[in-house]
Parts: sequence; C-alpha cells; structure tokens
Amino acid sequence: MVLVVAEAREGALRKPAKEALSEGRRMADKLGAKAVAVIIGEGVKTLLKEISGYGMDKIYVADSAFLKYYHPMAYARIISEVVAKESPKVVLMGGTQTGRDLMPRVAIRVGGGYAPDCTGYEINGDSIIAVRPAISGKVIVKVGFKKYPAFMVLRPNVFGVNEDIISVSSEVVEISFEPTEVERKQIVKEFSIKTAGRPELTEAEIVVSGGRGLKDAANFAMLEELADLLGAAVGASRAAVDAGWRPQSDQVGQTGKTVSPKLYMAIGISGAIQHLAGMSSSKYIVAINKDPDAPIFNVADFGIVGDLFKIVPVLIERLKKEKARS
Amino acid sequence: MKAVCFVKSVPDTETRVRLTGNRLDKSEIKYILNPYCEFAVEEAVRKKEAGIVDEVLVISMGPSRAQEAIRSALAIGADRGVHIEDDNLDGSDAIVTARVLVEAFKKEGGLDNYQILLFGLRAIDGDTWSVPSMIAELLGIPAVTNIVKLDINGNKAIAIRMVEGGEEVFEVELPCVFAARKGLNEPRYPSLPSIMKAKKKPITRYTISDLGIPSDAVGKVGSFTEVLEYTLPPQRQAGKKVEGEPEQVVEELIKFLREVANII
Ligand SMILES: Cc1cc2nc3c(=O)[nH]c(=O)nc-3n(C[C@H](O)[C@H](O)[C@H](O)COP(=O)(O)OP(=O)(O)OC[C@H]3O[C@@H](n4cnc5c(N)ncnc54)[C@H](O)[C@@H]3O)c2cc1C
Ligand SMILES: Nc1ncnc2c1ncn2[C@@H]1O[C@H](COP(=O)(O)O)[C@@H](O)[C@H]1O
Repeated sequence: MVLVVAEAREGALRKPAKEALSEGRRMADKLGAKAVAVIIGEGVKTLLKEISGYGMDKIYVADSAFLKYYHPMAYARIISEVVAKESPKVVLMGGTQTGRDLMPRVAIRVGGGYAPDCTGYEINGDSIIAVRPAISGKVIVKVGFKKYPAFMVLRPNVFGVNEDIISVSSEVVEISFEPTEVERKQIVKEFSIKTAGRPELTEAEIVVSGGRGLKDAANFAMLEELADLLGAAVGASRAAVDAGWRPQSDQVGQTGKTVSPKLYMAIGISGAIQHLAGMSSSKYIVAINKDPDAPIFNVADFGIVGDLFKIVPVLIERLKKEKARS
Repeated sequence: MKAVCFVKSVPDTETRVRLTGNRLDKSEIKYILNPYCEFAVEEAVRKKEAGIVDEVLVISMGPSRAQEAIRSALAIGADRGVHIEDDNLDGSDAIVTARVLVEAFKKEGGLDNYQILLFGLRAIDGDTWSVPSMIAELLGIPAVTNIVKLDINGNKAIAIRMVEGGEEVFEVELPCVFAARKGLNEPRYPSLPSIMKAKKKPITRYTISDLGIPSDAVGKVGSFTEVLEYTLPPQRQAGKKVEGEPEQVVEELIKFLREVANII
C-alpha cells in the first residue's frame, strides 16, 4: 500500500500535494497495491472529493481548528497512527517546507528509512530504490531502504500532476483529534502571506531571476513585469539578496532555494557554482549577460550576450505583442 | 539558560565532485563548517551576548575533521565542544546520526541543562534536512525549522519560519529545536584573537562505547537506508549563444521559447 500525505493551505490542495497524489496512484499501480491518502487541517473535509479524484482507495481525514496551521508534533502523531493501522510499503509527501519537516519526524517515530528530495525511484521486485540529488545537486545517489515503510519526499515540479480524474468512491475514515498537553505548548500564532500574487518560486513553471547586473532594487520592476507576462516567479542571486534588493525568500542557490522549473531565465547573473547548485536541474536555461565568458553560458540552452537594460525592455514589448495576438 | 548547537563539517561549496567508480572520491575535498550551521552558532552566541544564554555548547559527529568545524564554531564565540568520533559511524544515515547525537546530548545533561537546541536547516553534503526534526521527535519536544527570526522571552520563544509564499509565526515553550536558515543573522568573521582563543577551549571526545551505543546500531549496519550508488548528473551542454541588435536577438529568443522550450 502507498500512503500519500496530502497538504492543503488556505482551503486548497498545494501543487506538490497534487504531484504526490498523482505519483502515489501511479506507484500503487506499479506495485499492484492500494493508494491511501491522509489529509490534516481545518475545513479540509471539503477537499475529499478532489483527493478522491486522484484515485485514492481510502482517505483519512483529521479536521480540527487546532490543526489549522502546521503543527509538527500533532501532525506527526496523526500520521504515525495511520501508518500503524495501514502498514504501508511507502509513504509519499510533496517536498514543501512542511513535508521536509514532517516526514523525518514520522520516519524516526515509526522506524522507517527516509529519503528526501526524490527526483525518481525504481521498483526492484520487493524493494524500492529512491533516486535523489545530493551535495547540492553535484551527485545523484540511489538510496536503498533496509527498513520499511520507505518515507519519500518528492522534489516539487518533477512528478507530473494527473489531470484526468480517476473516478473511484474512496472510503473515508475520520480521525478524531484532541491535542496533548505538550502539543498545546507549540502553536502557530499567525500565517502571513508574502507573495504578490506570483507563483511560489519552488513550484513555478517559469522563473525569472536577476543578479548583481540589475544594479539596484528599482530595476527589478522590469523583471517583475517580464515575470508577470510569462506567469513566472521572480528569483534572485545571493548578490542581489545581500544587497537588499530582494527578500531572502527569493534567493536561488546553495544557501537559498532549489528550483526545477521548465524554464529558468538568469539575467545579470554570472553563474557561480553556488548559484548553479540551486537551478541546474531546470529543464531549459536562458541567460542574458554582457560578459561572453560568464560561466552561466556553459549551462545555458540559449544565451544572449548583451546589455540586459537594452534587451529586457525589447523582450517585454515583444511578449506584450505576443499576448495581444493570442 | 544554556544553548547547544549541532554542527557538521561539510565539503566546501566550491567543491567539484569526482567519483571513483560509483563511489565518492573524497581525496581532494576541502572541508568547512556547514554554512547553515554558522547561522545557528551565530544566533546562539548573540543570545549569549544579549545575556539570555550563559553557555553555548557545540556538538559534532564525524571523522577527525569535525574538530575543525567545532573550532570554527568556538571561534565565533561558542564555549566548548563535544566531538563524537568512531570508525563504526562511517555510513550512518540521518536516523542513526540523530540517535547518536541525542545520546551525546544526554551525556551532557540533555534537556535538564540545555533549553535552546540550534541546528542548521540542512547540511549541504547529504542535503537531508532531517536531523533537527528527528532529534526533536526523539526528545519529544517541538521544533521550528527554517527560521529567520528568534526571540526568547523567559521560557517562551517566538520564532518565524519561512515557508513557501509566506511566514509562520510560531509561539513555543522551551525546550525547543530551532533550525536556522540564511536571513536569521549575518555570521561574523572571527577575529584573529578569537581564533587563537578558540584553540584553547575544551573539546570532549566520545566514542560510541562511551555513549553506550552498540556498534551494530550505527554505521551501515545500523542505518535504515544505504547509498547504493553515486553517479554524476547529466552534464549540461552550452547551447546557442547569440549577440547582436536587441530586436534581432529577442526574436531568436522568442523562437527558442516557442519552438524548443514550448512555453509561448
Ligand atoms: C557559502 C556560500 C554560499 C553561497 N550561496 C549562494 C546562493 O545560494 N545563491 C547564489 O546566487 N549565490 C551564492 N553564493 C555567492 C556566489 O558565489 C556568487 O557570489 C553570487 O552568485 C554572485 O551573484 P551574481 O551572479 O548576481 O553577481 P556577479 O557574480 O557579480 O555577476 C553579475 C553578472 O552580471 C553581469 N552584468 C552586469 N551588468 C550587466 C548588464 N548591464 N547586462 C547584462 N549583464 C550584466 C556581469 O557580466 C556578471 O556576470 C554563495 C557563496 C558562498 C561562499
Ligand atoms: N554529523 C552531525 N553532527 C552534528 N550535527 C549534525 C550532523 N549531521 C547533521 N547535523 C545537524 O543537522 C542539521 C541538518 O542536517 P541534515 O539533516 O543532515 O541536512 C545540520 O545543519 C546540523 O545542525
């Protein structure tokens, strides 16, 4: 059996959760096994139909006001109880901050092997082998499990979302929840949303990133306009973040976020090894840089050697025309 | 109140990875204190400077080079170190690492002595981002990972955790695990006198038998996962590179976006 931990926020399933549900179904089919989901939160019962559409045979739901925001201990306890009941072979979750915080807790609690940031897996008879990057993407490792369940957290944007609704009538099991004394000692007081209507960096199909070449914060308005035309997220190099031009949450690289979009545009970014660590698994890379020897060109599928201040405005106008036409 | 920082020695960020067969070739790797652990140590030392914390202990598990990571943390201003070194530990996964670190922590008095447990969000070698949450679970205490702010007030803390698209404000009772990310603070460059002073600070050494851990509970045998194979990721090739009038190069880019990348 494959257990998928689905994650919702603000009443909606998150994209990495959809990817995990989709892959959970596919994996279960390969194993000839059932796929079961668990969803935790407040008001998440409204999502049961949608979750069921991913072909889940059974759904566990813990719906409580206390669980409105992520609570590491409480969430881990609930999932561990489901694991104890169902004895899954594999437990999957999307690679969000929550997934990467929660799954290690559950793994050590129930005693299963843990593999985060998976970009693939192999099924070998009775064994699962996880494939994942390590050392900031400089190597790919194959991880074997000696203790099951195998806990796997999936890198966002790697596993496709199943668009076809698989119609099954899932069995629904409600989990009654009461916080423990210790759990009451930790609460999330508030959740503040900080994105300006743009997709989240780690989940975006397209990322437009700027570096020191942008010269100052105000010039990022140009990249934001470009991003909005493409439906993209805006990223930044560490140099742009450390200069105070962009928030920490925008940084791509070894000490920032890892992104795997379909298209990554590096504008005024040299392509230092620590930056590449965060974006070299992008499907396509486009670079705009005035230095023909900038290392970013070594990894770019399409490079423009030139002044970004001349090229980006032309690109914006061109994309506007494109939009008007379609 | 006392604080403990868990630190790891990792390959320098400039490291180019080489393989011998399908194993990692470690012969030419230079090692540093994990950058994420620097944020953790800096935070603990700042809490000490602010009079909130009166001792900062640093714990590291690893081969002899872990001593250097501990010394780097001591140079930032931590007070003393604990180094767990044992040949049996080679090949330990995150779960074993967490268990061993917990035993060393307990040997130092554990939660009776230390209420603030600081970690890096991730070690940039294994990239598992899991040891902090695992240790919190083993100790039965809360954890706030990926923090950009930490305020301690008596036995309570407010920690801001960065998540996709926003921030979660956690209120927790100590003891608690915190895992640091970039943005929490700006780590100092230790001065020469601090580096000299760090050389004289005490480091206690433990083997696994000192911690009462049997050798079959650690290393490859004790781990729940094993690395079967290392390979290099597919090398990216330099693609098309154009230069010229903005209108002309943009037209070529549009063609690429439409015909190759398929995004417009
Ligand atoms: C421990 C550690 C961790 C790090 N982590 C990260 C990380 O997570 N992310 C990260 O990005 N970096 C990281 N770095 C920093 C990294 O080494 C580089 O310093 C950084 O990526 C450089 O940013 P940049 O490319 O914007 O700036 P630069 O390297 O200064 O590059 C600017 C580029 O802009 C080009 N340019 C300038 N003007 C124009 C113009 N008008 N038109 C077109 N092009 C122009 C220049 O030719 C140049 O190539 C880390 C470093 C260390 C030591
Ligand atoms: N061998 C170790 N010794 C001490 N601390 C460690 C060790 N491994 C991991 N940690 C701590 O756990 C954090 C996250 O590491 P990881 O879970 O391996 O990505 C690190 O930044 C350290 O704070």
